[in-house]
Amino acid sequence: MEPRLLLIHYLREVVGLTGPHIGCETSLCGACTVELDGQAVKSCTMFAVQADGAKLVTIEGLAADGKLHKMQEAFWNEHGLQCGFCTPGMIIASKQILDRNPNPTEEEIRHGIEGNICRCTGYQHIVNAVRAAAKAAGA
Amino acid sequence: MIPQEFEYSAPKSLDEAITLLGRGAKPLAGGMSLIPMMKLRLAVPDHLADLGRIKDLSYIREHSGSLLIGATTTHYAVESSALVRSKCPLLAETAANIGDVQVRNRGTIGGSVAHADPSADYPAALQALEAQIVARGSKGERAIPIDSFLADTFTTALEPGEIIREVIVPIDGAGVGVCYQKVAQKASGFAVVGIAVRIQRGGEKLSMVRVGVTGLSNRAYRATHTERALEGRTGTPAEIEAAANLVAQGVDANSDIHASAPYRTHLAKIHAARALAKALARAE
Amino acid sequence: MATITKPETLLGKRIRRREDPRLITGTATYVDDIKMPGMYYAAILRSPHAAANIRSLNVQPALARKGVLTVFTGKDTEHAGSVPCGAALPGLRVPHHHLLALDRVYFVGHPLAVVVATDRYIARDAAELIEVDYDVLSAVADPEKALAAGAPAVHPQWPDNTAFTFHQEGGEVDKAFAEADVIVKQRITSQRLIPMAMETRGVVADWRAAERALTLYTSTQAPHLVRTLVAQVLGLEDNRLRVVAPEVGGGFGSKIDTYAEEILMAFVAMKIRKPVKWIGSRREDFLCTIHGRGHVDYYELAARRDGEITAIKLKIIQDLGAFLSLLTPAIPTLSVLMMPGLYRTKNIRADVVGAFTNCMATDAYRGAGRPEATHGIERMVDILAAELKMDPAEVRLKNFIHNEEFPFPTATGLVYDSGDYAAPLRKAMDMVDYGKFRQEQARARQEGKLLGIGMSTYGEICAFGPSPATPAGGWESSQVKVEPSGKVTVATGISPHGQGEETTFAQITADELGIGLDDVIVVHGDTSLVPYGIGTFGSRSTAVGGTALYFALQELKTKLKKWGVTLLESEDVTLADGRCTCNKSGKSVSFQEIAFAAYRAMKVPAGAEPGLVSTYFWEPPNFTFPFGAHIVVTEIDRDTGEVFIRRYVAIDDCGKILNPLIVDGQVHGGVAQGIGQALWEQAVYDDNGQLITGELMDYAVAKAPMMPWIESGHTVTPSPVNPLGVKGVGEAGTIGASPAVVNSVVDALSHLGVRHIDMPLTPEKIWNLVSAGGGK
Repeated sequence: MEPRLLLIHYLREVVGLTGPHIGCETSLCGACTVELDGQAVKSCTMFAVQADGAKLVTIEGLAADGKLHKMQEAFWNEHGLQCGFCTPGMIIASKQILDRNPNPTEEEIRHGIEGNICRCTGYQHIVNAVRAAAKAAGA
Repeated sequence: MIPQEFEYSAPKSLDEAITLLGRGAKPLAGGMSLIPMMKLRLAVPDHLADLGRIKDLSYIREHSGSLLIGATTTHYAVESSALVRSKCPLLAETAANIGDVQVRNRGTIGGSVAHADPSADYPAALQALEAQIVARGSKGERAIPIDSFLADTFTTALEPGEIIREVIVPIDGAGVGVCYQKVAQKASGFAVVGIAVRIQRGGEKLSMVRVGVTGLSNRAYRATHTERALEGRTGTPAEIEAAANLVAQGVDANSDIHASAPYRTHLAKIHAARALAKALARAE
Repeated sequence: MATITKPETLLGKRIRRREDPRLITGTATYVDDIKMPGMYYAAILRSPHAAANIRSLNVQPALARKGVLTVFTGKDTEHAGSVPCGAALPGLRVPHHHLLALDRVYFVGHPLAVVVATDRYIARDAAELIEVDYDVLSAVADPEKALAAGAPAVHPQWPDNTAFTFHQEGGEVDKAFAEADVIVKQRITSQRLIPMAMETRGVVADWRAAERALTLYTSTQAPHLVRTLVAQVLGLEDNRLRVVAPEVGGGFGSKIDTYAEEILMAFVAMKIRKPVKWIGSRREDFLCTIHGRGHVDYYELAARRDGEITAIKLKIIQDLGAFLSLLTPAIPTLSVLMMPGLYRTKNIRADVVGAFTNCMATDAYRGAGRPEATHGIERMVDILAAELKMDPAEVRLKNFIHNEEFPFPTATGLVYDSGDYAAPLRKAMDMVDYGKFRQEQARARQEGKLLGIGMSTYGEICAFGPSPATPAGGWESSQVKVEPSGKVTVATGISPHGQGEETTFAQITADELGIGLDDVIVVHGDTSLVPYGIGTFGSRSTAVGGTALYFALQELKTKLKKWGVTLLESEDVTLADGRCTCNKSGKSVSFQEIAFAAYRAMKVPAGAEPGLVSTYFWEPPNFTFPFGAHIVVTEIDRDTGEVFIRRYVAIDDCGKILNPLIVDGQVHGGVAQGIGQALWEQAVYDDNGQLITGELMDYAVAKAPMMPWIESGHTVTPSPVNPLGVKGVGEAGTIGASPAVVNSVVDALSHLGVRHIDMPLTPEKIWNLVSAGGGK
């Protein structure tokens, strides 16, 4: 593997996981966010070689046994997406919020997705989605 | 979006890394600054030495009145560490203000310091903490005070072939109040101005005041004029304002589309006053 | 007697979207997800200079790079056509826009050469190896400077940098100004913005020489327009050109245009006889996807002492950029059309000057001409209110067109369809408790706090539009196909990319046919699957495309009924709830049984044919005119100038609401972009034509912590223009937001003598005003 191959290109081009997207080159938009050993990371700001041996989860891996992850379900129910381009990264980042804090405030939710730009929703329905997922997880 | 070709090495030990650096390799830590620059081809290193495979370079330890933080310790590890939160809350508060969650999950303290970005957050706190940067090279180790370490914009006191192994910060006892206050550039999240304050009251008087400033000039610095103006005083609002007004004394302020030099300087003064007041309140 | 009843069961409900399962699982297909056997990758070399002559261009080093197939330059594409501008104005100067620069570059990012290689990494490397010798020339990046004497000529043949002038006048303007009690004047800018769809533009082109067939997968809002225009430019047969808009990651107007890269990739694929892909980087997207706004406006308002506006004069200087993109010169004319806003005055005069600059073209970005007009008139009304010491709400209420005056012919030649303009304003004022806030504000001022409230009452021209008034036609198409099983496929000419019509159109269809939502699928965005259509922009998709669907469904129901009559052997049948029932015998056949019978065709009804398909092209008789009111409460940190939005109330009237969940989402997203313009966003070119805000590092779009909670609400005034009663909602939030925010901030500072502030309201600007105004 070429050392300069970015993790996002490895996932998309080599493995065929096209869920995570490329939205910028300055590590600001978060569309490429995946989970690396349980932590949300921007896969456009890593070389694939750096991830050697790590456990990676992309949006494609969230649904288990044909059942959507609670966060996916919540994004759907709350209309937390429009064009969908930011969504795979946004859902992974949102999952990280609840992994670390099961009952986040609105401010904590907004802070938790600061690294993910959505140009469509104004974030309000995303905030609702994360709240709904938190509620569903607590239920 | 696509970096230039380079040679990649993943040393297993710090000594191995130092050998590679001696051959011209550039160290790669979290990559949060370096990789975007490589993608824009503003940085074109021939050879990268990935420090991610070196065991025992990511740690937070307490040792004789100090915290020792390994170079590849991530911002998230610092931000979420119970040890740092209780023994050096300024560093934890600052770490929580860096970039965004994903950046804090990957970015490292050593990488941030070595990059010496004049608008990075950590350097302000490290200045206020009078941190020591432990660098290792082929000739051994040395501890460099942060103020000497941060030489200029994107320039440090590291010699060719030297690498950061550890950052040492003091443990603050009771009665010390801290605060990191930041004006984030809306697009990038970097500090237009960041002020880190550490303040201690000994009886009526302020026995120690440390102020680190980032974003304002070519490098993060300690606002010694402000510190001297407050030490030995009681810390009245008027004293704080007067001291805060000295925060940019002798400093050549940066100017860009996000903030002109006069406005940046003004922000530094306002936020110095606010950070001082907040730290003082926390000290009581 | 046959009757058709229309059960309204799904319309108006908050139904979660049917397009979401693929999007939330990461299995949707955007352009960059498409891979083809033997596909090559293209990288484009772009000019680093805003104006330069090209002395020489040496592609040999790139060709020598292993993995590079070929390189094309301006000489190769010289005889291809011009990147199209579809707007026409009298005397318009349209510069020839080569696919690749020939001997001169006109803006930073101007494409010079395209490298084709076996992978994107190699293509990128090789593009950097091309040697270009530039003779750098003076550039001009500011429209007013471009119009000044002695400015560098963007196009040497037109030294005045003027692409066009445009004049429109109605009523007796001079008389109104001569008789005015008060005249207020203000220069108001609407800064250049970057649309910043999350997905950058990208194209995959696939040429099958044996069939003379080209397929173009492109991130576009208007696939049929792309097909027509690419075919025209390259001289291709449009029936052999298939354009597919796969999943599209946002557009906001910036993907209506047919771009150089779309034509270029078609050109390349035909030359190399292999598929080729180009995906723009974010930097390329900032530099080479159209920008929005770019106005300098000079307003004059004449009024009576009681607040009645008697005339409006407006001079617009429109920053066009170096080339005219698809609709570039038409955009400021939309500002002119909407310059009276919601107000009754019949005396208007507008003069537009289109100025060439060494920048990327401006064109339709969310709102396209209407945000500029709304910002202008809504600022001017506040300035007038301040001058007359009247409450801004009072001035608005005094000037609104009255409910009984609709349809209202405006001074600019439009006919507003329907409205109740006071309703959303009153609702918004109730929500914020306007009277109480003014008391709170008075107290806050005494404590030295800077608290403001601002409103905008906006109107839009939407649902583009009657064909004579819309470049390329303004009708829309829909086809409803009932399969033999009774499942229904709707094909629409619109091309949604986040707006949710796969859901709302299924709601319409299911309701009309009395079948389940899940029995319907909606397909779009593929010229080989759907009838010719115009596309998604100008808040037109539901109002025009949805109406085309509605009429296709009426035709289909007539056919269904014919089959029901034949199957039930009775003329007296009712079509309802997914069944056709004989009113006498009570016997019925299900929708599925009719569908099967129509394809089995054992007995074809008289005047019918086998199968069950209806296609309808609908020409709208008028535009629609949504409206609403936003009220914003702001607090300003007087020490730093930072603006904090304490409350944001958005009351929109988009006519009937088909899906409130989706409508709210549209409003939220629109408001985010409007607040973005008001507070943060700005495309900054320096005097040399370098885009300083060329990355997300320097161009600030809203992130989650920057956004306030939006309290949204609605009033419902159905549009008489279409049977659905809908008006459109895609742009409303953006149009209403910027003046409301600016009016609020100016209100907070009004007692310091502040009358106007140009966007974006950066903390530094505010701090300077507060400092100068005796603050602290």
